[in-house]
Amino acid sequence: MSPMTALPMAAAPVGADFSNDTWWIVLIKAVAIIVFLLVSVLFAIWFERKVVARMQVRPGPNVHGPFGLLQSLADAMKLLLKEDMIVRAADKVIYLVAPMISVFASLLVFAVIPVGPEVSIFGIVTPLQLTDFPVAVLYILAAASVGVYGIVLGGWASGSTYPLLGSVRSTAQVISYELAMGMSLVSVFIMTGSMSTRQIVDAQVPIWWALPLLPAFAIYLVSMAGEVNRLPFDLPEAEGELVGGYMTEYSSMKFAWFFLAEYINMLNVSAVATTLFFGGYHAPWRGDFLNTGWWGVGWFGLKLWFFMFLFVWVRGTLLRFRYDQFMRFGWKVLIPFALVWIVAVSVVQGLRRFTDVSWQTLLFVLAGVMVVGAVVSFLIPEKKPPARDEAPPEPFDAFADGYPVPPLPGQVLPPSPRRSLTVEGTAVAVANPETDESTAEDPAADETTAEEGDRG
Amino acid sequence: MTVSTTVGALVPLASSLADTGHTSTGEAVLFWVLAPVMVIAALGLLFARKAVHAAMGVVVVMISLAVLYVAQEAPFLGVVQVIVYTGAVMMLFLFVLMLVGVDASDSLVETLAGQRWIGLLLGAGLASVLIGVVVTATYSKPVGLAAANVDGNPQDVAKVIFGQHVFALEVVGTLLITAAVGALVLTHRPRLSRLIGQKEKADARVATLAEGGIITPLPAPGVYARSNAMDVPALGPDGSPLEQSVPRVLRIRGQERGYGGVFAEIDEETRHQIEGDHTEEQS
Repeated sequence: MSPMTALPMAAAPVGADFSNDTWWIVLIKAVAIIVFLLVSVLFAIWFERKVVARMQVRPGPNVHGPFGLLQSLADAMKLLLKEDMIVRAADKVIYLVAPMISVFASLLVFAVIPVGPEVSIFGIVTPLQLTDFPVAVLYILAAASVGVYGIVLGGWASGSTYPLLGSVRSTAQVISYELAMGMSLVSVFIMTGSMSTRQIVDAQVPIWWALPLLPAFAIYLVSMAGEVNRLPFDLPEAEGELVGGYMTEYSSMKFAWFFLAEYINMLNVSAVATTLFFGGYHAPWRGDFLNTGWWGVGWFGLKLWFFMFLFVWVRGTLLRFRYDQFMRFGWKVLIPFALVWIVAVSVVQGLRRFTDVSWQTLLFVLAGVMVVGAVVSFLIPEKKPPARDEAPPEPFDAFADGYPVPPLPGQVLPPSPRRSLTVEGTAVAVANPETDESTAEDPAADETTAEEGDRG
Repeated sequence: MTVSTTVGALVPLASSLADTGHTSTGEAVLFWVLAPVMVIAALGLLFARKAVHAAMGVVVVMISLAVLYVAQEAPFLGVVQVIVYTGAVMMLFLFVLMLVGVDASDSLVETLAGQRWIGLLLGAGLASVLIGVVVTATYSKPVGLAAANVDGNPQDVAKVIFGQHVFALEVVGTLLITAAVGALVLTHRPRLSRLIGQKEKADARVATLAEGGIITPLPAPGVYARSNAMDVPALGPDGSPLEQSVPRVLRIRGQERGYGGVFAEIDEETRHQIEGDHTEEQS
């Protein structure tokens, strides 16, 4: 961290002033961040279980401590004391390092999150933020992309199939959803003219970016669930398909590291959403004593836990995506949408910066363009579903030239003669060749009947 | 182009850098901590047996390099290095390594004839071009960080990239997009048959309902105390065996056991046991 704390002294105009910080102020802030994250994770686990339970009309954890608050502490203790196993097929070094990478990267992000305005700590006036620099938001993205290595390497180093599948999924998922996430943040950069978190928060004084940049906010909300592997995007650890995904072979404290990293990452993306779109530590109104000093921490916490609640709510509501639908959604919906939105925002911002068009004219023109677009979209005839070829394709003889050739596009192999074999009285199950893929029968089993086909 | 001219061209560069540069203690400590790590990681790339270990070496070098960039007050470069190279490029490498398989080793067979010599020739050509560029380049006098970052580091980097070098940037961007589209075109295979969607499949199943088709999955084979094999039918709610729970192929082959058969086996075994007990008692 030391080079980073030194950075704001560069000529770059950065909103926060860290010049008063002594080494022990920095130390206090760093320790406070880590303590806050660890305690929040314990609380978040309880919070999630409790809220999901209420959504499913059951009480949730209520035995240990008041309202069951000590439940997650007990779980953490249990994990600590469990037997620590290393799989024999594991690649030992990477197997041990992977969970550490995850936790380490997830602890990095909060360093640049402004938690409150300038306050006085033991007589020293300092902003409630460990550090800030001109590319702080990019630094957050960088830390997130390093954190993925933990998942990917953990799955690979386990030397087992399901974890490997989980980490392959995770790689694909993160590459595609980080693109959309980064692009949704770009419109905030364009409007603020800065990538420093403090300046972004300060730029949201009249109105939070969530409203004027609503599409970008929506994209961020979707991609942040994808980024932290939460439902409905928890494909890397889909328990119905992959046992436990990348963490299947981990036990005891190493498993707890992954668990911790996942929850800290939830807090991270919530904090980023708060900072970039929800006005950071500002109160929803202006010019009150509630908008000053330590009150900012309260507002920040409220907004942060609003997003955490959103995560739990989504988990209680939505089902997991199918993998191909999930990828299609990322590449064919989110990314093009984000690109169009960036172009729109830059055009508007460019017009404001470099011409003297007034806001009203600009808004009216934009509204006009949208209305015209909507009218034109009504004139475009609806796309008809491609008509089924009525004429059945001509029968294709694979052995026409003496040796077998595969069918070309448009040609269809004749149905297998084994398809028509029936057992007396049970002919109904295979009425339609298109539908019986989903029945209990294994289509590949047909090949094994080649020799004995006559028996039936 | 001899060695002496190369060195001669580089000497003023080195001296001009030494004139303006000064290193703080923290920076020196950072460098001497990171430099050995980077060298070891770079050697690991060369000597690691497993491809993933080599990739990890590259990642360590990249991240350490990024930290050094940041320490040199080029935060934008450092952070983008991590996002683009570590987060995207190396991640794609790892993705491919994983798809290829954990234990896969490189094939040493040349797929193109003379590939090695052509590659060597092209490499030598590239090296000579690069050396030529470096030697003939003229270096203007360094202006110092304060002058270079008047409006802040990212802003001034943007001015250089999208002002002075915008054409080169666009050309490189076009090249990269062309490469990506080319890869797509080369690896694309047209579908042999029409894609049948989820809705269409469901509709087709419902359409067979009138002819006695079944829209739900078929029942699973029977599970009994002594047998849960594929060839034993499940029992319906009324106690009758469900023939369809045995896979069609087994039924066509006549390999179905029938649940009566299972019970007969069990009966026989119990009878044996009871008789055996009796004989033991008698003896």
